[in-house]
Amino acid sequence: MFGKLSLSAVPFENPIIMGAVGGAILLGMAILVLITYYRKWTYLWKEWLTSLDHKKIGIMYIILALIMLLRGFSDAILMRSQQALAAGAAQGYLPPEHFNQIFSAHGTIMIVFMAMPFLAGLINIVVPQQIGARDVAFPFMNSVSLWLSVAGALLVMVSLGVGEFSKAGWSGYAPLTEKQFSPSTGVDYWMWAFQIAGIGSLMTGINFLVTILRMRAPGMTLMRMPMFVWTAFFTSVLMAFAFPVLTVALALLTLDRYLGMHFFTNALGGNMMMYVNLFWIWGHPEVYIVILPAFGVFSEVVATFCRKRLFGYRSMVYATAAIMVLSFSVWVHHFFTMGAGPDVNIFFGFATMMIAIPTGVKIFNWLFTMYRGRIRFTTPMYWTLGFISTFAIGGMAGVLLSVPPADYVLHNSLFLIAHFHTMLIPGSVFGFFAGYYYWFPKAVGFPLNEKLGKWAFWAWLIGFYLAFAPLYVLGFMGMPRRMEHYANPAWQPYLIVAAGGVAVILIGIFLQMIQLAVSIRQRHATRDLTGDPWNGRTLEWATSSPPAAYNFAKTPIVHDIDAFADMKKKDIAYRPPDRYHDIHMPKNTGKGFVIGVLSFVFGFAMVWYIWWLAVLSALGMIFTVIVRASDDDTEFVLPAAEVERIENRRFRQLTTAATNLPAGGQTPLHPLPAV
Amino acid sequence: MPLLDPKGPIGDGERFVIIAAFVLMLIVVVPVLVLSHWFPWKYRASNTKATYMPQWNYSTAIDLAMWLVPIAIVTALGILSWKATHKLDPYKPIDAAVKPIRIEVVSLDWKWLFIYPDHNIAIVNQLVFPVGVPLSFRVTSDTVLTSFFIPQLGSQIYAMAGRQTRLHLLAVEPGRYTGHNQQFSGRGYADMHFKAMAVSPEQFEAWVQKTGQSPDVLDQKRYEELEKPTVGHQVTYFSMVEPGLFDRVILKYISAEVPPGTLRTGAGPVQTNTDAGEER
Repeated sequence: MFGKLSLSAVPFENPIIMGAVGGAILLGMAILVLITYYRKWTYLWKEWLTSLDHKKIGIMYIILALIMLLRGFSDAILMRSQQALAAGAAQGYLPPEHFNQIFSAHGTIMIVFMAMPFLAGLINIVVPQQIGARDVAFPFMNSVSLWLSVAGALLVMVSLGVGEFSKAGWSGYAPLTEKQFSPSTGVDYWMWAFQIAGIGSLMTGINFLVTILRMRAPGMTLMRMPMFVWTAFFTSVLMAFAFPVLTVALALLTLDRYLGMHFFTNALGGNMMMYVNLFWIWGHPEVYIVILPAFGVFSEVVATFCRKRLFGYRSMVYATAAIMVLSFSVWVHHFFTMGAGPDVNIFFGFATMMIAIPTGVKIFNWLFTMYRGRIRFTTPMYWTLGFISTFAIGGMAGVLLSVPPADYVLHNSLFLIAHFHTMLIPGSVFGFFAGYYYWFPKAVGFPLNEKLGKWAFWAWLIGFYLAFAPLYVLGFMGMPRRMEHYANPAWQPYLIVAAGGVAVILIGIFLQMIQLAVSIRQRHATRDLTGDPWNGRTLEWATSSPPAAYNFAKTPIVHDIDAFADMKKKDIAYRPPDRYHDIHMPKNTGKGFVIGVLSFVFGFAMVWYIWWLAVLSALGMIFTVIVRASDDDTEFVLPAAEVERIENRRFRQLTTAATNLPAGGQTPLHPLPAV
Repeated sequence: MPLLDPKGPIGDGERFVIIAAFVLMLIVVVPVLVLSHWFPWKYRASNTKATYMPQWNYSTAIDLAMWLVPIAIVTALGILSWKATHKLDPYKPIDAAVKPIRIEVVSLDWKWLFIYPDHNIAIVNQLVFPVGVPLSFRVTSDTVLTSFFIPQLGSQIYAMAGRQTRLHLLAVEPGRYTGHNQQFSGRGYADMHFKAMAVSPEQFEAWVQKTGQSPDVLDQKRYEELEKPTVGHQVTYFSMVEPGLFDRVILKYISAEVPPGTLRTGAGPVQTNTDAGEER
């Protein structure tokens, strides 16, 4: 009836895990009680869970990303403290069974359930507005993508208390992930969570590919798209082309594990290096999937806060395109030590080095955008500046690793860990934070507290250097990654410093949580009435904050890369249209949410071999899709009168903003637009 | 730091590549670090004396420079890497006047088995070799993917079941170095390390003699016992090794007639057994 599932799957004997589970359950219960107490269930269902509005979907993605960031970061705290303790004869406090799950979960969560939802969230909130569109191309598919990501994340969370998570690393190298070596449910949790979320990401890629190509406002030629739209476009291409490879790799592994096939096994013709190849054919483009949107954020932020056009726009576009293409030709650098010949290795090494060229170009583009600008040091700019210098160092480490003989000694060492964290923390997380601070007032209507944001930034930056500088040294001292304990006492001082760094980052995260609470409390005083709190240059700032469901009452016409700056210059930015038209909008639907729930049930049933439930939930998903596909009544019309009412309210708001200078606690940093 | 204090030519070559590449890249990275601090400082909003050109967004000279300088550096680095990758190919035998010592490495859960076919001895979790003599390793795994690595001597190489990889190293200084598995391989991974002892040729001969007197013999039955997963296996010496053992460890995964988990006795050495046959 319940497959392999029984009460013994819950690790009651492990106080650390049960503490975490207890905490998570209490927190979840508290949220449920609060929702019930404030009678917000209907609101939650009608306004959020069933919403097809890209902005709301974006916000939900980012909430997911922030929650999973906390979980992934907790794993980091456990790992760093274990390694700070477990030197010589000391074994620390985590047995290998637990430690191995923690680093596997940390990697999986941070890439698939933190970085991916974060970038999907930012793209969702911003891209349609930046291209002057009312929604994405496929609003329902967008909702399905979101709920598949949530389902995957939920599977990872459930593995904490029911059964266990994978002990084979986030990359899940075969044959360690084969049944022979990992017979328990851990790998299955990892595989299904990864697979379900991956399919969601694939659909996100397709969605934005079409949205960006087909739904731009008139006048917005490709070469007038904001840089963030370009990076979202390249990321979507990468998602659409790379994710199917992952889907296949995981599907073949599934066949091995569930039906006893031999794609990646040691014996009977299996080839474990085929898995490793497939994984990195997805895995390397994936690095750029999570980094390119951050590059886009930096481009927007630098131009806005330097009050200047982006330097070398064309160069920037071509450089990003070059990165996209090259990212598919470097995957072998993840395993130079496989024993391939020098010619193979040097090919992939050289391709990797070549990526440094367009990346360097982008860095110089940002620097020369600052040149002869008027730089305002706001929080988004702080994250950007922190990124530029740190990324140069991480890039240098990356090029070093691309030289095969250097990789022969640095591969799988802590140097590698330090390198890719220097790429992914400043490169992507700082970029996401810059975007989070930059677009927060746009998405919800009030800004985040600047002072707390700056403190959080310093904690993050200092903590980052403390946590990862020692790892570069440890790499040269020959310390491999993923050590549950180690015999060499010389490594310990460095690992203690690194653990201290994590503590400093923790302070940064606390400050961000306080910042969010404080900003919400101050929201009435700091409300952004203008829709353009930063004196922005692109179209998302032309709408109110938060924007109306339809974004633009009248589709804007674009004449410049910095379309909104151009409109403000010509004094046509805030001109009401002569008349309003009816607007067709997608109706809310709970079917995306239902598919997400069913995919979670399906994943859980597959993990525990509860076949009847797996079949039922799979049929349920197909049925939901058929019902949705047969539904011709998926749109509603927002009458012109209603649009006019909403828009008039906005114009009144703008008038208030113009007369009430300065508006509340947030001193406007630029003269407000004349209305 | 072991990687910057290598004890053999391979490690030396790799240290040179790391330092050369590092210095080359500083040509770009130092200006970036300078500009990324200087520009924000100079063009801060409060500095109203600084030039402000809101529409300026292109300069052919700067654009060319920011493409061409990195291209030049990557080209130089590419040439350096091309040479170094061929010179430091782990499959390439090391030129030396003396005949290399052949060592067969089998990675097991979670220990290393070293077989010395020329001396008919084997040892678990310890590697002993003479200084100044090239070491010619054949590496395989009888478990999951692992990576064989002695940091102070240079290059690591993967160990894969059913496959043979090659590695050539040379120690120029006597000493006790640490070797380990550099590829996560499950529960006992953290304890999968060994001492790699570089000794004088005389000491090595004496050690071979002594090991040859060990009562423990590595035949099929003993190997199957050894194969069972253990964590932190003690150093174990074997005075005799069943001929062709290493090849059969590989063969059992690639030969369809042999069910996994059994060793075939009496099979001759497979093709991979020659130094000349540099199979990838």
